[in-house]
Amino acid sequence: MNAGTGETPVVSGLGIVAPTGIGAAEHWSSVLKGTSGIGPITRFDVSSYPTRLAGEVAGFDPRGSVPGRVFPQTDVWTRMGMAAAAAALDDAGIVPAELPEYELAVVTASSSGGTEFGQHEMERLYTRGPDWVSAYQSIAWFYAATSGQISIQHGMRGPSGVLCAEQAGGLDTVGQARRMLHGGTRVVLAGGTDASLCPYGLVAQIATGLLATGSEPECYRPFADDACGHLPGEGGAVLVLEDATTVNARGGRTYARVLGYAAGFDPPPDSARPPALRVTIERALHDAALVPGDVDVVFADAAATPAADDAEAAALAAVFGRYGVAVTAPKTLTGRLYGGGGALDLATAALALFHGVVPATAGTTAAARHGIDLVVDEPRLDEPRTALVLARGHGGFTSAVLLGRYPHHEET
Amino acid sequence: MIETFTLEHLREILRSDPGIDDSVEITPDNATEPFAELGYDSLSLLELASQLRRRYGVQISDGALEEMSTPGGAVDFVNRLLDAAGTRPVEV
Repeated sequence: MNAGTGETPVVSGLGIVAPTGIGAAEHWSSVLKGTSGIGPITRFDVSSYPTRLAGEVAGFDPRGSVPGRVFPQTDVWTRMGMAAAAAALDDAGIVPAELPEYELAVVTASSSGGTEFGQHEMERLYTRGPDWVSAYQSIAWFYAATSGQISIQHGMRGPSGVLCAEQAGGLDTVGQARRMLHGGTRVVLAGGTDASLCPYGLVAQIATGLLATGSEPECYRPFADDACGHLPGEGGAVLVLEDATTVNARGGRTYARVLGYAAGFDPPPDSARPPALRVTIERALHDAALVPGDVDVVFADAAATPAADDAEAAALAAVFGRYGVAVTAPKTLTGRLYGGGGALDLATAALALFHGVVPATAGTTAAARHGIDLVVDEPRLDEPRTALVLARGHGGFTSAVLLGRYPHHEET
Repeated sequence: MIETFTLEHLREILRSDPGIDDSVEITPDNATEPFAELGYDSLSLLELASQLRRRYGVQISDGALEEMSTPGGAVDFVNRLLDAAGTRPVEV
């Protein structure tokens, strides 16, 4: 195994399976146009549920990227992860079989595991008996299933795992990937997916009290005066992370550099201490050896409850000053994807840096009290150099990743 | 009612388990090869045991899977269970 170079890792491949599109090109096009992937839930009859809208991945067909024998062993969340992983490797031009298997690693985020699969098998358990529960229940619904199936499919046997930090998990996989690369791993697939749009999964989310209940996609309107919760979505993204030296030796493409990362955890609700977001941002900046003025755009967590939006706006004002940095939240087009959410935001931010465009936030207007420069209506073509991606997971998880524009040949 | 559990019965069960790669067809020629060599992992054998319990009402403990390391061995084992039960159960 290599000793590890300590280089700044780069994003060299993207695989996206999201309500906004399957594939990076379709997703980026939807984000730039503000085309929403949110609609009525079609997976089951939701007429008796308070939340009836979600970001479903329309037309997802895993055949081609998921072997047939794996179908009955996997929840749809894993199939989405496998499809995204295969697309990311293909995008990067990596053929795992040609590389040392123990230098290739997989780390994904998962929030709820194989919810739909688990519900189906539990129904068989209590309606028909134990012999009717699939043996594959044992591997299909636990958090690590997606990382494991990707590892098996591509023969990527390096240090792999799963991170469970709800919406923050996707960001944490990039922090973990960086540690692996510094430890000598050559290629890391990072990111995550989620797919909890079944009765059990939706009811579990409704119980948090954080879901919006409106009849239009705009009922998820972070930072609005009348913010009233979020809509759920499914899917996510997988990113290929490597050293730039490795990518350049292959003649590959680089979307962005991973400049900094930090994670924190909120104090208990009755604590006098402040939420972890501000100090997490500051630690990520310190990790990247950057100052607030270096950041051109923030991809906000955008939780869309008044308290959570106040807390995020306060953290941004404390670090950057009121209206001190452009803020965007393309996740209003997809809903919050939980285990896939941080990963998709990272992919979108990498595309924004690669294309030199800050995408707009659809469907909401920032309340004046927040003092944030929310990018709305039109994308800003202002060649952002550095993007800060934020995510907060239910229960207190808080993570921040700084991505930087990769200098293309004309700039070097 | 089945008279004897045959390789054909086994093949039909395995074929109906979409967890098993349908490109690996059990034949008399490979019936003595270990399941593992034919692409069946330990979980697919647990699933096979579940299916046998469901279809024929035979009780197969997880430990008994060792007796079923090959397709031919599985057929013999199921027939011994059916004989021990003294009756040929109706397929359920």
